[in-house]
Amino acid sequence: MVLSRILEVADLKVEFRTYRGVVKALNGVSFNVDKGEVFGLAGETGSGKSVTGLAIQRLLPGNAVIVEGRIVFDGRDLLSLKEDEMNKIRGKEITAVFQDPHTYLNPVFTMREQFRDILLTNDREIASIKDKREIEKAVHDRIIQMLTEVQMPAPERVIKMYPHELSGGMKQRMMLAMAFSLRPKLIIADEPTTALDVTIQAQVLELMKSLQKKYGTSVILITHDLGVIAETCSRIGVMYAGRIVETGTVDSVYSEPLHPYTQGLMRALPRADKDLKVESIGGSVPDLVDLPTGCPFHPRCSRAMEICRKINPRTLNIDGRIVECHLYDGETSRGRVA
Amino acid sequence: MGAVSTMRAEKTETGDDVLVRVEGLRKWFPILGGVFQRTVGYIYAVEDATFNIKNAETLALVGESGSGKTTVGLMLAKLEHPTAGKIFYRNRDVGKLSSSETRWYRKRVQMVFQDPYASLNPRMLIKDTIIEVMKVHRVGGPNYYDRAVELMTRVGLSEEHLYRYPHELSGGQRQRAVLARALCVNPEFIILDEPTASLDVSVQAQVLDLLKSLQDEFRYTYLLITHNLAVVRYISDRTVVMYRGIWVESSPTRELFGRAEHPYTQALLSSVPIPEPRSNVEKQLLKGEPPNPTERVKACPFADRCPYVMPVCNEKTPPVTQINDSHQVRCWLTVKK
Repeated sequence: MVLSRILEVADLKVEFRTYRGVVKALNGVSFNVDKGEVFGLAGETGSGKSVTGLAIQRLLPGNAVIVEGRIVFDGRDLLSLKEDEMNKIRGKEITAVFQDPHTYLNPVFTMREQFRDILLTNDREIASIKDKREIEKAVHDRIIQMLTEVQMPAPERVIKMYPHELSGGMKQRMMLAMAFSLRPKLIIADEPTTALDVTIQAQVLELMKSLQKKYGTSVILITHDLGVIAETCSRIGVMYAGRIVETGTVDSVYSEPLHPYTQGLMRALPRADKDLKVESIGGSVPDLVDLPTGCPFHPRCSRAMEICRKINPRTLNIDGRIVECHLYDGETSRGRVA
Repeated sequence: MGAVSTMRAEKTETGDDVLVRVEGLRKWFPILGGVFQRTVGYIYAVEDATFNIKNAETLALVGESGSGKTTVGLMLAKLEHPTAGKIFYRNRDVGKLSSSETRWYRKRVQMVFQDPYASLNPRMLIKDTIIEVMKVHRVGGPNYYDRAVELMTRVGLSEEHLYRYPHELSGGQRQRAVLARALCVNPEFIILDEPTASLDVSVQAQVLDLLKSLQDEFRYTYLLITHNLAVVRYISDRTVVMYRGIWVESSPTRELFGRAEHPYTQALLSSVPIPEPRSNVEKQLLKGEPPNPTERVKACPFADRCPYVMPVCNEKTPPVTQINDSHQVRCWLTVKK
């Protein structure tokens, strides 16, 4: 059981100190990722999904504080590592794919130079080569091999290009090639296809799935698009106001959502494949500086009870699914404390 | 008499069913280069857009980035001049309007942009933003403020929101405020450019339902420009699909989602991720990406990515085929049938 687990996040709490006050971005996030699994982290703007991804990589901005919690990656407690030890994991064992290709590729270097940097800094095999010319050859071969793997058109030409000369789809392929080139154990992909057109999105997701399967890489896919998760992930965690309110296999959560927020989200989604009456969730997401007492969803919840206004729901396990909701807590209901 | 009833009276004047007619619309943006800033080439943004919009219906203009859909919207709002082609509004040639008629046109045609934050002045209260538009178009006076309050309620906000700055509103509220501004001049025709793209799912549904109910009540005509096919299915009556600046298929929305004829439309529909596990109907993955917009389309715009490409597709532009009275497609495959 423990052996098959690559990442364990337990009760993670993150706060941002801002001029408005303390923003409670994460309020006790817990989830696990198994080896070779694609775990989907879904949620709306401000739900804390990106902050979770950044916290795992210890890339949070300076005004962020990890108040509490544990992040265990491959048997190591990431939060207790020194910065130089973390540097050895980041970019090598854990790599990232981001949404906006403009911000992660350096505009003044060619693709070859940027890719070469990654390999020279992180790849042990290449670092062990002594001869300079041999290094360059190994680097070149490796880049071309990775670009071929991500089905980049004309790789020999592409490596001489600058980022602005690449289309959005090509940049995202480049990012995947870079992310997979060091054979990481975990990839954190934050909205990797949100900036792409649907036909290109379909290509990139297909590619990511096949590379992930080939190398047995674990992936955390962060997205607001429930369709993307349904087609890519095996399990899903639904975030709301800095908590994961429901976790389960994609099959079970989509066919029978338990948390009222998940239910509302599914009903609010217009569908391209069928005519459905859409029902919106009233109200809007809570202010993270001034969270409501009790369950954070209760002001928008149609099934809110007295207790929801006062006490934060416990984390319940219902037939292997994790839910944080008072509806399932109690002697007569199905839930038991996880 | 309330503003609402005057608006209704205006609507029923004309018997003609078609409100907007767009014929062979084209827009090339020149690329300037060299010391003398001469035109060294063109971005062929729109090659051929042709469609009608009927009174009180929602026409969706669908396509991926670079398909020219937003440029068509800008030309309809008279914010860009067409390189060729014509726009008729109530049978009047929009390109030949005098300056007073342009004023008349701008009052009837309003546009709502994707990013409500970028289209609101950050230094103006919502109140001032809305009242300024009313003053410019000389509507709603002298009780501008009362009308502003009425508009806010209509879009689901309250009087209190008039005293906010744009940054003090949430994304959904901002989009509602922008909508209130568009509605303040009693428009007939509203161009919605990706109206919900910047919104979260739970809020998106609220805004879509608001658009629908406003249309039911005030008989607005919408041009919905979007890449989101789920939204298209949810609120539009008819759909025009564009690819590389050329319309390739036009059909009632319901029919399009049932039997798309053009291979591009089919691929587009099958690429949309469906929020249902194992719905996995065999995906029709497209190869390649849309090419450079600085190259002019010579034959079928989709020929280089089409899975069913034939020699003729690279030689000649496909003619328009009528599938039925309301469904047209431009593809050599349907010609052969």
